[in-house]
Amino acid sequence: MTNAHADTATTTGGTIAVPSAAPRETRADRWRNFWADYRQSPVAVVSLGVILVLLGVSFGAPLVSPQDPYDMAALDWMDAFLRPGTTGSGGYVHVLGTDNAGRDMLSAIFYGLRTSFVIGISAGVLALAIGICVGLSAAYFRGRTESVLMRIVDLQLSMPAILLALVMVAVLGQGVAQIVAALVVAQYAYFARTTHGAATVERSKDYIEAARSTPLPTRRVLLRHLLPNVMPPLIVVATVQVASAIALEATLSFLGVGLPLTEPSLGSLISNGFKYIHTDRTWLSIYPGLFLMVTVVAINLVGDQVRTVLDPRRSR
Amino acid sequence: MAGYLLQRLVQAVIVVFAMSVIVFVGVYAIGNPIDVLIDPGATAEIRENLIRQYGLDQPLWRQYLVFLGNVAQGDMGTSMVYNIPVVDLVFSRLPATLELVLVSVCIATLIGIPAGLYAGYRPDSVGAKAIMALSVLGFSVPTFWIGMLLIMGFAVQLGWLPSGGRGDEGSILGLRTSLATADGWSHVIMPAINLSLFKMGLLIRLTRAGMVEAMSTDYVRFARAQGLPDRQIVFRHVLRNISIPIVTVFGLELGSTLAFAVVTESVFNWPGVGKLIIDSILQLDRPVMVSYLVLVVVLFVLINLTVDLVYARLDPRVRLRGEDA
Amino acid sequence: MIPALEVRGLTTRFATRAGPVTAVDGVSFSVAPGRILGLVGESGSGKSVTGFSVLGLIDAPGEIVAGHVLVEGEDMRTMSPEAQRRMRGRKVAMVFQDPMMTLNPVLRVGDQMAMAVRVHDRVSKAAAWDRARAALEIVGIPAPAERLRAYPHQLSGGMRQRVAIATALLHRPSVIIADEPTTALDVSIQGQILSEVRRLADETGTAIVWVTHDLAVVSSLADDICVMYAGRIVESGTAEEVIARPRHPYTWGLIQSVPGLHSPGEKLPQIPGSTPQLSRLPSGCAFRTRCPRATALCETVPPDLGEGARRVLCHHPLEAS
Repeated sequence: MTNAHADTATTTGGTIAVPSAAPRETRADRWRNFWADYRQSPVAVVSLGVILVLLGVSFGAPLVSPQDPYDMAALDWMDAFLRPGTTGSGGYVHVLGTDNAGRDMLSAIFYGLRTSFVIGISAGVLALAIGICVGLSAAYFRGRTESVLMRIVDLQLSMPAILLALVMVAVLGQGVAQIVAALVVAQYAYFARTTHGAATVERSKDYIEAARSTPLPTRRVLLRHLLPNVMPPLIVVATVQVASAIALEATLSFLGVGLPLTEPSLGSLISNGFKYIHTDRTWLSIYPGLFLMVTVVAINLVGDQVRTVLDPRRSR
Repeated sequence: MAGYLLQRLVQAVIVVFAMSVIVFVGVYAIGNPIDVLIDPGATAEIRENLIRQYGLDQPLWRQYLVFLGNVAQGDMGTSMVYNIPVVDLVFSRLPATLELVLVSVCIATLIGIPAGLYAGYRPDSVGAKAIMALSVLGFSVPTFWIGMLLIMGFAVQLGWLPSGGRGDEGSILGLRTSLATADGWSHVIMPAINLSLFKMGLLIRLTRAGMVEAMSTDYVRFARAQGLPDRQIVFRHVLRNISIPIVTVFGLELGSTLAFAVVTESVFNWPGVGKLIIDSILQLDRPVMVSYLVLVVVLFVLINLTVDLVYARLDPRVRLRGEDA
Repeated sequence: MIPALEVRGLTTRFATRAGPVTAVDGVSFSVAPGRILGLVGESGSGKSVTGFSVLGLIDAPGEIVAGHVLVEGEDMRTMSPEAQRRMRGRKVAMVFQDPMMTLNPVLRVGDQMAMAVRVHDRVSKAAAWDRARAALEIVGIPAPAERLRAYPHQLSGGMRQRVAIATALLHRPSVIIADEPTTALDVSIQGQILSEVRRLADETGTAIVWVTHDLAVVSSLADDICVMYAGRIVESGTAEEVIARPRHPYTWGLIQSVPGLHSPGEKLPQIPGSTPQLSRLPSGCAFRTRCPRATALCETVPPDLGEGARRVLCHHPLEAS
């Protein structure tokens, strides 16, 4: 029931009809189609908007936040534990209140969100790059390389990310770079597995064999032929992994083995607020938690919709 | 089948061995525990004695061999913080963790699989959409934050449940467990729900995906063409088919539930091995860390092995190939 | 005599993003007991959807919007869903194209067949297995008791298709819809199954609707033929008439492009162009853009199929010579 080139130009008896060639899909067309499909889900569109706003306020944190939470000199002990909506000594309203050091929560959250994004995105990108290398090498070279690499990947996948990350953080210590390294170690295997899986399917197809039989260098076959075809599933995994990297970092910081409070990420803010959970100072943990939740859920919802749109089995 | 089993066992032993080396070396790289343990005012002589006592003056490979030899005798070393044998320490904490994991896995399964079946059977219904939305929350919102909300809501605000810790122990069939007392249940229920959410979300999605896919297969259409009612198609045809991937993932996730217990135990102050490992990382209590990690690896490998065997039981294609071999 | 199956004006639509698409458009035909009707068409012609529509097995976004499906004179379309379900397997059965996919891989053949027996007849499990074994014998499977204990993957493709046919036969239905059941099989196996089916129709009096794209198969098997194009029947008649004296240009083209009719080395004639998308059918006659006989009339006025045993949907049919 599907045929791309349906329009045929025939007039009257005898002449041979020539099916008009299907128009080549340009990159711009693909994006337009992608967006047209993506737009089908209002929830996903809202989620994308939310992510863009959060990215804006976090990377523009120095511009939009009322206070620099890193600047210890700007903090006033008199402002500690102000309720949300109270005006502090700085003369402005602390919309989300202040913490035990008199830090404006909204500012701390914006800055913390920035740390979370930086960590999540850089861990995701690094893990993606490493995972692609491992997965593609395994799929391309086959034989022993493949079985050794994939054995390691499988083993790592069977270990929960949180456990690997805990060990890594315990070994490497605290700090942004260390956390990113821990997350990469904990997550690259997902990309490697996905790349390998998709590439194994692709390599059995004729065009890869055809490319291999020409004197093209290996690298070119990998990059020009294999990679574009394994990208769609990787994009989906990458979205989800950025979200889980952010959540994982927050978890580690919450457990006290991630970032110190002097470098606020959402996790360390929540961890700090957790100390006051039995008091009525719930704003200390609720608001950073809400931001964390909204961020992670929005990224996941976007990932879900991207998965739906890219699903080759979906009828177009 | 026997050959297959043997092959898997050998693999398992190699994995455990390799992981023990990695863990040992990895953990060794963390600072010098003596600095943490010894009063800075202690004399050099006491220092030296302690270093010798813990074997920290030996080269790394030597320490590993000593460790391995001790492990073979059931001795995993002595905790530097608690000053009692690590094996005793870990095993005294293990029941609490297993209790928590057991209850949460039951909750996840009893709710997750029926919900997933329903969501896959009527994918366009409002109920299915609600279930899917909840499942997204379940596995994307960080566990510790949900745990915290639970405490705020049910312990601090409503005062219905204790905010943390483990309840009184009782005994069932000679086993000492807090699941034997009402107090125990009131303590375990909130952390167990907290721990189950991730797994529940995963089970829902997995079951739903399997269900949706199965409902569009030819064998389901063939069954419908024979006049089988949907109920029978779901429970006799589909469930059997999707049980294979579900059991696989379920088993693998059992291990991760064990690992995620680390987070839940910290939030709810649950005295299990998860809290122990966090404490030992913070206090650089090396023997405890190594033993915990080795224990978890062993559990993992055992779980994977079991999953493989159950998988082989459930899928005739695998089972019969095994018998031919 | 009441036909085993009579379909009148059956119309099935699918909601797509491009708007509703009519996959089956006013299809009418009937089959007498013991007869075999070949429903022929290219992929996308709506022949399979017609088969599923007869059984009422159309899922959203598809919907049967009009028509009657009379099985032994009873209209399936006016029945409750539950009554329709009780008709399926008992009065109307179906066999699918790919025997590798139609059996549940994780259940024993016997369990699957016994389930099909017991859904309509309250008999013991043992009795159901006995009936399953008897059915396997009828379709010519050797050592049926052993086959029942096997899992589908232990059987060959041809064997599985026989199992599927045996399953369809369990309740001695009035009519079996066979959706390209031999397409996925080797030619030698295909021949065996075809002669088996012919024998079954003759012996049991079950009517068979054989859905296929393969004219060669139906010409040797079927008593009657309906040719479908773009969701409509374009020509119908006895197999002999339609094959020997096609009247619709499309049927003529199909017959011309069967390789067996030509000497080696001769260029095969083709029907120009390709099957149109159902969402973008030409005005007037759906075939006109590919038709060598098309005129201005065909562009505006849809042709009429007519009534009776010999029907043709064309303004300019070929002469019945």
